[in-house]
Amino acid sequence: MTPLFEARRVSYAYGRGPLVVREVSLEVAPASMTAIIGANGSGKSTLIRMLAGLFRPVAGEVWLDGRPLAQWEPRLRAREIAYMPQTTAAAFPFPVMDVVLSGRAPHIPRFRLEDARDREIVLEALESAGAAHLAGRNVTELSAGERQMVTLARALAQQPRVLLLDEPSSALDLKHRADLMRALARLRENRGLSIVMITHDLQLTGSLFDRILALRSGEVAAAGSPDEVLRGELLAEIYGEPNVRTRRIGDQTLVWIEA
Amino acid sequence: MSEKAGTMLAPLRARLMVAMAVLSAMLAAAVGAGLLIGRQHVDFSALFSDPFSRTLFFRLRLPRVLMGMIVGGSLSLAGAALQALFRNPLADPFTLGVTGGGILGASVALALGWSALLFGIPLVFLASFGGALVAVWVVRMISRTGAVMLPGALLLSGVVVNLVSAAAVLTIQYIADPNSALQILRWMIGSLDVVGMTPVWQMLIPLAPAWIALLAFARQLHLVAIDEDTAATLGVDVRRCETAVHLLCALVVGITVSVGGAIGFVGLIVPHAVRMLFGEDLRIVLPGSLLLGAAFLVLADALARTALTAGELPVGALTGLLGGPAFLWLLRRRQQYGVM
Repeated sequence: MTPLFEARRVSYAYGRGPLVVREVSLEVAPASMTAIIGANGSGKSTLIRMLAGLFRPVAGEVWLDGRPLAQWEPRLRAREIAYMPQTTAAAFPFPVMDVVLSGRAPHIPRFRLEDARDREIVLEALESAGAAHLAGRNVTELSAGERQMVTLARALAQQPRVLLLDEPSSALDLKHRADLMRALARLRENRGLSIVMITHDLQLTGSLFDRILALRSGEVAAAGSPDEVLRGELLAEIYGEPNVRTRRIGDQTLVWIEA
Repeated sequence: MSEKAGTMLAPLRARLMVAMAVLSAMLAAAVGAGLLIGRQHVDFSALFSDPFSRTLFFRLRLPRVLMGMIVGGSLSLAGAALQALFRNPLADPFTLGVTGGGILGASVALALGWSALLFGIPLVFLASFGGALVAVWVVRMISRTGAVMLPGALLLSGVVVNLVSAAAVLTIQYIADPNSALQILRWMIGSLDVVGMTPVWQMLIPLAPAWIALLAFARQLHLVAIDEDTAATLGVDVRRCETAVHLLCALVVGITVSVGGAIGFVGLIVPHAVRMLFGEDLRIVLPGSLLLGAAFLVLADALARTALTAGELPVGALTGLLGGPAFLWLLRRRQQYGVM
């Protein structure tokens, strides 16, 4: 069976610089959760931007539904894949509703405006992302964490099958982080959403994700189930930190640094 | 919950209709005022019997008001589009150097005495469009490093393009014969002083399709203004949109400048006024700027015509005097957003 979404030996270089991602492959099954981990500068964001179709790989190809991503019409692709960047700059004080409504664009013909159904979907997306209370505000007034929730709601309003998240919880407090994780698990359960997420939160990856892809210097350092990847010596190698320790407790993996 | 959030922002269709109705009414009022106000009194009851009134109205007053509409609407529409495209509230044809480039192109044409027409289009239009296009291209190249557009570099490169253009225009004036030099100077200040309807038609033929094309990009520009990356993942071909909007803005600004001269800051103030009145959605801001820009310049010109007891104040001087402080005020507000 071909996977829903996959990267086949993709590589990327900025301009004429060296390869920052080298021959990375990744398979994403329907209704799955995949974590991408790795040290800063290991090529995680570049990889996810290739998956989102923002960067064209210099070698290899990203495939969606058995077709190369580059052959998809951008608007049709946008109905399947949603991407949430790490940070978004707000140049104008757009209302939160407008930002989330923009997620409906791929579903609306060019010279048509959003209708009541789109607004329903947007309100649901705001609810799912835990951002319903922000609906009446402007994006320029929001904190980084609140902005992340709004960006997530925008991605959900796209009603995609694949959701790509670049460190969605980096600016979230403990409670909102837990809310986000519960929301993602629910979306996978109820909507069959496939989630690919970059994270530094190894604790989360151990309990929620089916697969982990670990990058080091742009190459795959390890790939497999949390049990297989979250091992002390492997993490020590990936992050270059010799004192990483892990312990499996029930279905959770405890990760800590020994002083 | 659903109803509460739903009422926080009226649906776009309703907002768009209110905005268009209000702004059309403002434009109608401005045009009315522009036709009435002037140094010479037009006797409307004798419009068709008295040759003097007729000439005054149809050869001078009406073309001038129409010219104000065309120039004001064009500059404001281009300003709104450039602000969205560069995601910078301080961008406008003037601050990005597009006007400067257009002036240089037109000055070259004026100095060389190109008064010829090409398929009914004055060569000055083409020269000015060419200059504006080069300016846009330079500013775009300098401010973009890789995938990132640096907002500070954007405005600075606009300043530099303006300075270089101004220096080049001075050089041209110095070299050119005194007649051409004076002609360039008078025209550079910016004025809507036209005689007869020919210049109006000459402008409308290339400009009207360019307006329509720019308006057709409203939704894409709306998505780009929210976030460039987001727009790309929402199915917008950002590069194509950028190239098309650059070309269209250079065309609109180039032609506008080649007739009206440097009328500064209209493209900066008007889109902000529309935003304050009707919100940030570009699908309202673009057509709204076209209408309000038209109204604004017609009124500003009426004011400029009658402000001095002796002679007329060039409308470009007036918009510059109003626009400079407005720019500084926006700059101060902008610092509160943080992204600079």
